[in-house]
Amino acid sequence: MADARFDTQKLKDFFLNYSLYIILGLMIVVVIIINPAFLSVSNFINILRQASTRGILALGVAGMIVLAGTDLSAGRILGCSAAMTASLVQSVTYASRMYPGMEKDLPVVVPLAASIAIAVIFCLINGFGVAKLHLHAFIVSLGTQLIAFGVICIYIDSQKNGAQALSTFNGKFLNVVNGGFQIGSFTLPYLIIYFLIAAVCMWIVWNKTALGKNMFAMGGNMEAAAVSGVNITKNIMLIYLVAGVLYGIAAFLEAGRIGSVNTGTGLNYDLDAISGCVIGGVSFSGGVGTIPGACLGVIILQAITYSLTFLSVNPYLQFIIKGLIIILAVSIDVRKYLAKK
Amino acid sequence: MAELGKENGAVSEPAVSPEAATAPGAAVSPETAIAQGAAVAGESTGASAVADAGAAQAESAGAEAGAGAAVGVASAEPAGAAPGAAEATAKTAAAGARGDVILEMIGIDKQFPGVKALDDVHLTLRKGTVHSLMGENGAGKSTLMKCLFGVYIEDRGEIRIDGRPVRFDNPRQALDNGVAMVHQELNQVLRRSVMENVWLGRLPKKYGFVSHKKMYDETKKIFDELEIKVDPRTIIGKLSVSQRQMVEIAKAVSYNAKILVLDEPTSSLTNQEVGHLFRIIGKLRAMGVGIIYISHKINEILQISDEVTIMRDGKWAATRLASDLTTDEIISLMVGRDLTHQFPENTNKPGEVLMEVRGLTGKYAPTCQDVSFKLREGEILGVAGLVGSRRTELLENIFGVATLGSGEVFLRGKRMDNRNSMRSIRNGFALLTEERRATGIFPLQGVQFNTVVANLRAYIARGLLSEKKMQTDTAGMIDSMHVKTPSQKTHIRYLSGGNQQKVIIGRWLLTEPDVLLLDEPTRGIDVGAKYEIYQLIIQLAGRGKGIVMVSSEMPELIGICDRIMVMSNGRLAGTLDMRNEQYENAQEEIMRLAAQYV
Repeated sequence: MADARFDTQKLKDFFLNYSLYIILGLMIVVVIIINPAFLSVSNFINILRQASTRGILALGVAGMIVLAGTDLSAGRILGCSAAMTASLVQSVTYASRMYPGMEKDLPVVVPLAASIAIAVIFCLINGFGVAKLHLHAFIVSLGTQLIAFGVICIYIDSQKNGAQALSTFNGKFLNVVNGGFQIGSFTLPYLIIYFLIAAVCMWIVWNKTALGKNMFAMGGNMEAAAVSGVNITKNIMLIYLVAGVLYGIAAFLEAGRIGSVNTGTGLNYDLDAISGCVIGGVSFSGGVGTIPGACLGVIILQAITYSLTFLSVNPYLQFIIKGLIIILAVSIDVRKYLAKK
Repeated sequence: MAELGKENGAVSEPAVSPEAATAPGAAVSPETAIAQGAAVAGESTGASAVADAGAAQAESAGAEAGAGAAVGVASAEPAGAAPGAAEATAKTAAAGARGDVILEMIGIDKQFPGVKALDDVHLTLRKGTVHSLMGENGAGKSTLMKCLFGVYIEDRGEIRIDGRPVRFDNPRQALDNGVAMVHQELNQVLRRSVMENVWLGRLPKKYGFVSHKKMYDETKKIFDELEIKVDPRTIIGKLSVSQRQMVEIAKAVSYNAKILVLDEPTSSLTNQEVGHLFRIIGKLRAMGVGIIYISHKINEILQISDEVTIMRDGKWAATRLASDLTTDEIISLMVGRDLTHQFPENTNKPGEVLMEVRGLTGKYAPTCQDVSFKLREGEILGVAGLVGSRRTELLENIFGVATLGSGEVFLRGKRMDNRNSMRSIRNGFALLTEERRATGIFPLQGVQFNTVVANLRAYIARGLLSEKKMQTDTAGMIDSMHVKTPSQKTHIRYLSGGNQQKVIIGRWLLTEPDVLLLDEPTRGIDVGAKYEIYQLIIQLAGRGKGIVMVSSEMPELIGICDRIMVMSNGRLAGTLDMRNEQYENAQEEIMRLAAQYV
């Protein structure tokens, strides 16, 4: 009797701890049952490829959420940086390129650096608002979101030929972003590798550096961190700086992945990133979350989108299903931390 | 500082006046006394900028006479007349050597909006001594320490460490300068490991990365040294409050601080753990650390301290040798008047059985197991037990905020279905929660809001809340409870702990309960206010209400309860009938029962 109870408790704990993986697994199984053609390497590679840029973005957003904040501006910041990247990688043979004076392809590090620089500036504004002005991250990023949107519109509108999408990129850039390793008949896209590298780096930052530890401490109990001698302002600014770098990289890659940047680029990416993090167990109450969790969350979200499209589900219905899955996943996940009385 | 000087001036006759209490004799310790001998006497005099009483005397009357004087204070013998004069000299010399002033806080002022929290406060701490800081809640003890620790910055005054003026803008600077503090609120990151909490702010690194191994080893070393049996890798939120408190103390120790501030470190420790803490303090004292010890527990203070500074209303009231003080003196110094009795007399006569609890067991462990008892009208039933004996869970299960596994609650013979707090309030129950700050007050709301919030249904008139009715009731509550507040709209966070507690009790009384469940009603409340709360509880019982009162302070249970239930590890271990039986040593009996199922 006692043993049986113990077992159900264990089973329950198992389901709670691995709920995300179980959801992901079930979903794939269901999709495969409906359409066995889904079971192909190329589909999984596609899902991962599509998840990569948003994943890198989410790695930055996750830090903010661990700090018990959020970032509503991530998408528009990505848009800004992507526009900057796009304008610098346009093919020199393209007549209506933004900078007609550009006669030679720039080395790819230049647009990458420019993209990162812009994202970092915006993130530092957010960081300053949170650390120094003591604004809630929601508020300050609501502000920068609008500012970033204004900036991207002005930038794109400043073209000689008026506001038009920035497109037609040079081959070198496109290869860096969209190329891949050829392994026999199958290609492993660089994008997935970049995502993996970013995730590993961030895992190290979160788990092996003082910055990461301080981040969890500040998010979990700001006062405790303060009285333990953690430099709050500096650490918050650093977290935002790291996020800026990630946004910049994500923007650079996203520009190449979608091949054309307009004023709408990046819209709602922040919400996708936040949903991904939250599905992956990064708690809005702060101080809780893991990098594998955040990555998996983003991938699950992407897998849902992809498989629903694959099954040609009505796109309006897709929104409803996605919304329900977010609520379901998070409500299961929070159960881990609910103290029962 | 000026006042201190004046007093020193007044003490021209050594040894007699209690004002000489600041003398270094406080630090007398026989072991070191003999070891160090009289040779150090010269150094001990006039070492500090602010010459204290003992030093001043030493300078005027010669080292020996002065030394004799200091001992005279401690042992109430006239200076120089002591038969063992040589030994006395040696003792005081050593005391002087250990008593080098390490910290001076001079004329500290601190103003908060609407409150003068500190007014010209001074404090002198000596090396290798324990200096206790006492005072009612709101007397400014914690504020003073937060000024020292760089959490607040004083408006006026000077802080000197080793005679050197310092000013800390943040805790980091304080820590770097050898000042560590164990805060009253356990400031911990609950979801991180013990060792991360210990090393937060100065994580050990290797090649730029945090070294978990080093962190573990260092933590383990400190824990072993302090005999703390906690795995450094445990998530700290999983520890008991007392374990967390010990971790916090170990953390403070790990800074190798020369000044250590302990702000109510024993508030959630059992007697055994307090003994453990005192051993740690003893070790630190022997190492020459100056310790400032804040506590409300007078017997602890008298046991552990060398010197005691008492504060009242943000002002310095007195600094004395602990050996010169008695409990009554401390209380009257803290309250500013004499309190002849610590507890009001309980002359109530319990009547019919009001509530009966049968076989109460919570659903989710750890919780209370199969608890049955009866409560009479007008009876005050105490619940004693160690931390973790599930007293709070018992109350929560009666009140329905915890999920009931099995068992029944009857009120006047009728079975009550207290499945949630709304129902239990309607059924005539009220629960005063243990953690006032976390689950009692709404800090950013006014006194009025905090008063009426549990009883809003009573104020609805034509679908809206009647401001007038709420005002009348709140005014009545403020009056009958003697709550000190500038207005009904004042945020409750500006009130002292005792006044906050009165408001919360007032809140529950407005719901007209039959049974009041009080969980640590006097925790963190100063002596004066405690007395008023006791009076209030007895009055309520006198009006026929049944009161169940959980408390960790045995004297207060023994002082006012009709009966005391003792819980041990979730179960009821026994009940003491204080009214009809004579106990030779009720405290021991309670402790014995409390350990029964551990």
